[in-house]
Amino acid sequence: MRAHETTHHVQFVPGSEFKRRAAEVVANPFLKKSFRGAMDFLMMKRAAQFPDPELLERQRDLAEHIRRYSLARLPELLEQLEVNLKKNGVQVHWAETPDEANAIILDICRRHDAKLMVKGKSMVSEEVELNHAMEAAGIDALESDMGEYIVQLAGEKPSHIIMPAIHKTKQQIAELFAEKVPGVSYTEDVDALIQIGRDVLRKKFMEAEVGLSGVNFAVAETGTICLVENEGNGRMCTTVPDVHIAITGIEKVVEKLEHVVPLYGLLTRSATGQAITTYFNVITGPRKPGEKDGPKEMHLVLVDNGRTQAFADEQLRQTLQCIRCGACMNHCPVYTRIGGHAYGTTYPGPIGKIVSPHMMGLGATHVLPGASTLCGACGEVCPVKIPIPDLLIRLREEATHEAKPGHAPMFGQGAGKTAFASFAFKGFAFLYSRPALYRLFTWAATRFRFLTPANQAGWTKSRTPLTPAKKSLRDLLAERSKH
Amino acid sequence: MSARENIFRKLRAATTAPLPSPDAAIAAHYASLPRTAQADLARVQLAKDFAEKITAWHAEVHIVPRSTWVDKLKEVVAAKGIASLLYAPATTHGKALAAAGVAGLKPYDQPIDGWKRELFENVDAAITGTRGAIAETGTMIVWPDADEPRLMSLVPPIHIALVDADTVVPTLYDAITQQKWSAGLPTNALLITGPSKTADIQQTLAYGAHGPKELIVLLLTGEDAQ
Repeated sequence: MRAHETTHHVQFVPGSEFKRRAAEVVANPFLKKSFRGAMDFLMMKRAAQFPDPELLERQRDLAEHIRRYSLARLPELLEQLEVNLKKNGVQVHWAETPDEANAIILDICRRHDAKLMVKGKSMVSEEVELNHAMEAAGIDALESDMGEYIVQLAGEKPSHIIMPAIHKTKQQIAELFAEKVPGVSYTEDVDALIQIGRDVLRKKFMEAEVGLSGVNFAVAETGTICLVENEGNGRMCTTVPDVHIAITGIEKVVEKLEHVVPLYGLLTRSATGQAITTYFNVITGPRKPGEKDGPKEMHLVLVDNGRTQAFADEQLRQTLQCIRCGACMNHCPVYTRIGGHAYGTTYPGPIGKIVSPHMMGLGATHVLPGASTLCGACGEVCPVKIPIPDLLIRLREEATHEAKPGHAPMFGQGAGKTAFASFAFKGFAFLYSRPALYRLFTWAATRFRFLTPANQAGWTKSRTPLTPAKKSLRDLLAERSKH
Repeated sequence: MSARENIFRKLRAATTAPLPSPDAAIAAHYASLPRTAQADLARVQLAKDFAEKITAWHAEVHIVPRSTWVDKLKEVVAAKGIASLLYAPATTHGKALAAAGVAGLKPYDQPIDGWKRELFENVDAAITGTRGAIAETGTMIVWPDADEPRLMSLVPPIHIALVDADTVVPTLYDAITQQKWSAGLPTNALLITGPSKTADIQQTLAYGAHGPKELIVLLLTGEDAQ
């Protein structure tokens, strides 16, 4: 057993719940409509940003090149990043597991006697369930991105990596604020609702001892982290409190600042159809002597959590090219029907299906790669050209087979194997590789088709029964050649 | 073994084929984009593009001659009812403001630790310089420093920024390469494109999420470029 198997117990909801949850959302006309509407809107906005398909293709090729180059040099770039961050006065920490990451952050908070941590948007902090760890230690971890704040106030989890509260209507948010925020009365006016959030959170930015952020890009050559946002809460979290802790996956590093430019341009256009965000926050160290603001101490926590497993295999390594734009979920027919919560993973949608097995193991996630029509939309819109459908097929294979000889088993290898499926496929192979037996089978199946059961286990739950044809294809072809 | 050692051991155990650096491909890509040459006329066009784009991002742009921007600022201060205007006294533009006796000036001359609450609650607006701007996206480049700190462009509800029309470049790539950012980045460098905003409630755009609700740009030009 590898280290992260023994200590990893963080799980969002069990993978076996996936089908039940998906069915619930599909049966809820309200959620179905809100996701459909939101995804149509995001797809339209993205398309408007890329009017020239040839230029888009060139940009995607370039972005893919940059990400692949960065991953090919990952160990050296991480070392260079660490050296330069330290030179800039940033303290660097490494965590193999969510527990280790949380322990590092908790330790920093305790040293500063922190009671309140304000958080900018960070999917890695969701991935390690930092808020739970902080809560258990008696430290308030407050989300400050408007969408994340709403979701946290409701006691929920984000349903989209870019738009966390996309599943909620303004009426629901109005009710939530009226109920949970002291002194607030019901209003559906979006400007007024945002103003309520602004007023609450501004007080918290002033009070908090620690600010936490994610990282969009880490630059090895300069020891810099870059953050992409529209609201300004990320800047608040990284500037106002005395301590800034950034947390990120080890795959986010690139060599040079110049390499960030094409990636940033594609990230915002692919995510929300914006040419650029309001803020691009480039941080190269804490407050220097003589400076009047900025954090006095800065930390970066680099998290593995299964990423090294993906990295070990050349095909699966492509998973790590991801820049977390969310375009794959916006264009996914499955995500659009079932929303983000049904997946039971921090990262929903197509990217979630290929990244979560490395984090949570195939035991908890083996149904996810199967929940795809392989229509290919995710791969087509991916700005860094991750072949998501190929990786889904690969993971289906890993979920239902033993590791190939010479390959290390994946976390949860073969967890989706069932005796019935193995038996059925063995029978299929036996029958279809013996011509005489196969002919006998089709002869019998076409003649006794009236005996086909109307109830065919899982198949007939939402489909008409499968019945053999009156004549086999073979017979039909034979008849045709006679004429 | 430490977490760091384990991570590096696993990463190094994987076989990776070296790939060529993307540097040349990136440079070629930006060189291939339609862009304006460096002629004076083109510079005017770049500034116009910048003004148009940042206006579309909900900023209020005033094009003013370099020699009279303080008068324009006084008009803005009066029109917006700004009672307290935060400024950086050690900068060139800060000195010009103090000399012109603009009403309500408040210097950012103390570390934030002693007056955080006051900054959050009692300052109506702040005025900062910029290091340049980007025509393609309508973006301002702001490098806060010891004289003009980070929070000026973030906390007060109105941010007034001075952009010199001669400093507008076509793309972010041009800015980073021409200004040699990698040779010496400040602790915090910023790109700012409009006032703070969010669409987190039902994809409805709202301004003033956490940062400034209004962004006012004074675009400074030569006398005859009006």
